Amino acid sequence: MAELTELSIAEARQGLHDKAFSSHELTQAHIEAIEAANEALNVYVLPTPERALEMAEESDARLKTGEAGALEGIPLGIKDLFCTRDVRTTACSHILEGFTPTYESTVTANLWAQGAVMLGKLNNDEFAMGSSNETSYYGPAINPWRREGSNAKLVPGGSSGGSSAAVAARLCMGATATDTGGSIRQPAAITGTVGVKPTYGRCSRWGIVAFASSLDQAGPIARTVRDAAILLRVMASHDPQDTTSADLPVPDYEAAIDLGVKGLTIGIPKEYRVPGMAPEIEALWQKGVEWLKAAGAKIKEVSLPYTKYALPSYYIVAPAEASSNLARYDGVRYGLREKGADVTAMYENTRAAGFGPEVKRRVLIGTYVLSAGYYDAYYLKAQKVRTLIKRDFDAAFETVDAILTPTTPAPAFALGEKSGDPLEMYLNDIFTVTVNMAGLPGMSVPAGLSSEGTPLGLQLIGKAFDEETLFRAARVIEEAAGPLAKPDDWWSKAA
Amino acid sequence: MSVDRATVRRIARLARLAISEQEEGTLEKELSNILDWVAQLDEVDTSNVEPMTRVEDMKIKMRRDEVTAGFCAADILKNAPQVDDGYFVVPKVVE
Repeated sequence: MAELTELSIAEARQGLHDKAFSSHELTQAHIEAIEAANEALNVYVLPTPERALEMAEESDARLKTGEAGALEGIPLGIKDLFCTRDVRTTACSHILEGFTPTYESTVTANLWAQGAVMLGKLNNDEFAMGSSNETSYYGPAINPWRREGSNAKLVPGGSSGGSSAAVAARLCMGATATDTGGSIRQPAAITGTVGVKPTYGRCSRWGIVAFASSLDQAGPIARTVRDAAILLRVMASHDPQDTTSADLPVPDYEAAIDLGVKGLTIGIPKEYRVPGMAPEIEALWQKGVEWLKAAGAKIKEVSLPYTKYALPSYYIVAPAEASSNLARYDGVRYGLREKGADVTAMYENTRAAGFGPEVKRRVLIGTYVLSAGYYDAYYLKAQKVRTLIKRDFDAAFETVDAILTPTTPAPAFALGEKSGDPLEMYLNDIFTVTVNMAGLPGMSVPAGLSSEGTPLGLQLIGKAFDEETLFRAARVIEEAAGPLAKPDDWWSKAA
Repeated sequence: MSVDRATVRRIARLARLAISEQEEGTLEKELSNILDWVAQLDEVDTSNVEPMTRVEDMKIKMRRDEVTAGFCAADILKNAPQVDDGYFVVPKVVE
C-alpha cells in the first residue's frame, strides 16, 4: 500500500478515524518504504520497526474504543538528538556510542501521549553542528531531490537533514527537529518541506541533547503547513523540568491557518538583500511579496541594521555554550571511553576519538573565547550585539506583524561542495541565525523550484510566541505556490 | 593569525582534547580564520548596551525543594563504561 505514505497527517488522521485503514497498515507501509530507501538515503540511523508496530497496535486499539489522541496512529521520525527511553540516542556522535537513555524527552513524551508512532531515529549533523548533515558519525543523509539532468547527490541541509530528507521522501509523515541557527528551516527549505522553529521557550528542551542552550529550540518538519501546525501543538508545552520553558497556553495552531493575511502588515527587511544574492532568490522573494499582497496583506519595508553581525556573534555564542555543554562527555558516565595513562589522558583520548572535526573546532573556539582574559572581548561582546539584534526586531515589530525573507541564500548543494571551508558552510545560515539570536519564531515554507529544479523556501519571522501569524502567512504562500512537484523515486530498491 | 600553535595546544589542553601535531597545524589556520572573521564585531559600538541574558522577559520560577527523580542509581549507572559496586570507575587519580 505504497499510496498510504503519500497522505498528509491531516488526511491520515481522517482515514484512521473513518477506519479506511488501520495504523498498522499505515505504519507497515512506512516501514517497507524505509527498508527500500534507507540504503540510498541514509536518513534513519536506527529504524525501530518492531516498536513502531507495537505502538501502532496500541493506537488501533485506542481508535476502536474512541480514546484516540491528536496524533493517534501517525508514524513519525525522531531526530537522534531527542532522548528516547530504551532506544539508542547518539546525537550522531561516536562519543555517545551505544547510549541508551533511561528517560524520554518531554517533546517526544508529548507525541507518544497523543498516540504518535515512532518509526526510528533520524540522522543529523554531529551534535547538530552543521548545515549539510555531512558531519554525522553515521555518514551524510541524502536529499531525495536531484538537479535536473544530474545524478549528483545533494545534501538535505542540516543539522536536521535526516528529518527533512525523510519527510520529503515519504519515509515518515512528519519529524521532530531542532534549530540552533537554522537547523530546522534551512533543511526544510532545500528539501521542499515545511519547518517551524518556535519561539525560544515554546517547546521544552528537557531530554534533548544540548548544543547551545540559549539558542536551541525543537520544532516540526512536515509536508504541509497544516501538518506542521498539528505537530507543533502537541510538541509544545510548559515543562517545569526546563526553567526556560514558557508557562503560556499553547494555541490551536491548526485553527489559525485559514484565517488569511487580510489586515496584516508584512515587513521586508532591506538588509537581507545581501550583495551577490542570486537573482532567482531575489525573484522568489518578490513573488512571496506579491502573493501576500494579493491575499490582502500590506507590505512595508523595514530595517534591521545589525543583521550582518548576527552570524559572527552567533559563532561566538554557540561555540562558547557548546564547549561548556560538551564538557560532560568525559568517558566516565556514559558513551565512549578510550584508555589513557592517567585520568586526564583518558579524558583527552576519549574526546579526541569521540568528537568529529567540526565539533572539535567549535569546542576549541568556545574554549578560547571563554578562557581567562577573553570573556569580555568575545562572549560578553557577542551578547551585547545580541541585544542590538533583538532591538532591531522589537522596533520592526512595532509596525509590522511578521517579516518575510528568503530562507537560504541558495538551493541544495552537492555532497562535498562546501565541506572544505568551515566559513563558507556557516554562510548557509545567514538568513536564519538572526531569529535564534533574538529568540523569535521562524518558519520556512516551500515557495518554488530553483533553475536547477530543486526546492527553495521562504522564511517568515514573527513576534515572540506569535507562531499563529506565521502559520496564517505560510498557508497563503503554500496555496499561492501550489503543490510542489515531487522528487522522482530513484532511491527505492525493488522489494 | 589570531592564534599560534602554542595557543592551540593550550586551549586543546583546557578543552581536554588530545590533538596530533598535524591537527595543530590545521587548527591554527582554521581557528585563526574564524576568529579573524568574528573580529568584525569590533566595528559595533556596544559601550552603552547591556548584554542579553534572556530571550524573553520571564520570571524564573522557583521549584519546591523536594526529591522528584531520585532513587534511580541503577539508571544513572546503566550507560557507564565501567562501574563497580554502585560507583563509576576511573583511572587512579591519587597515588
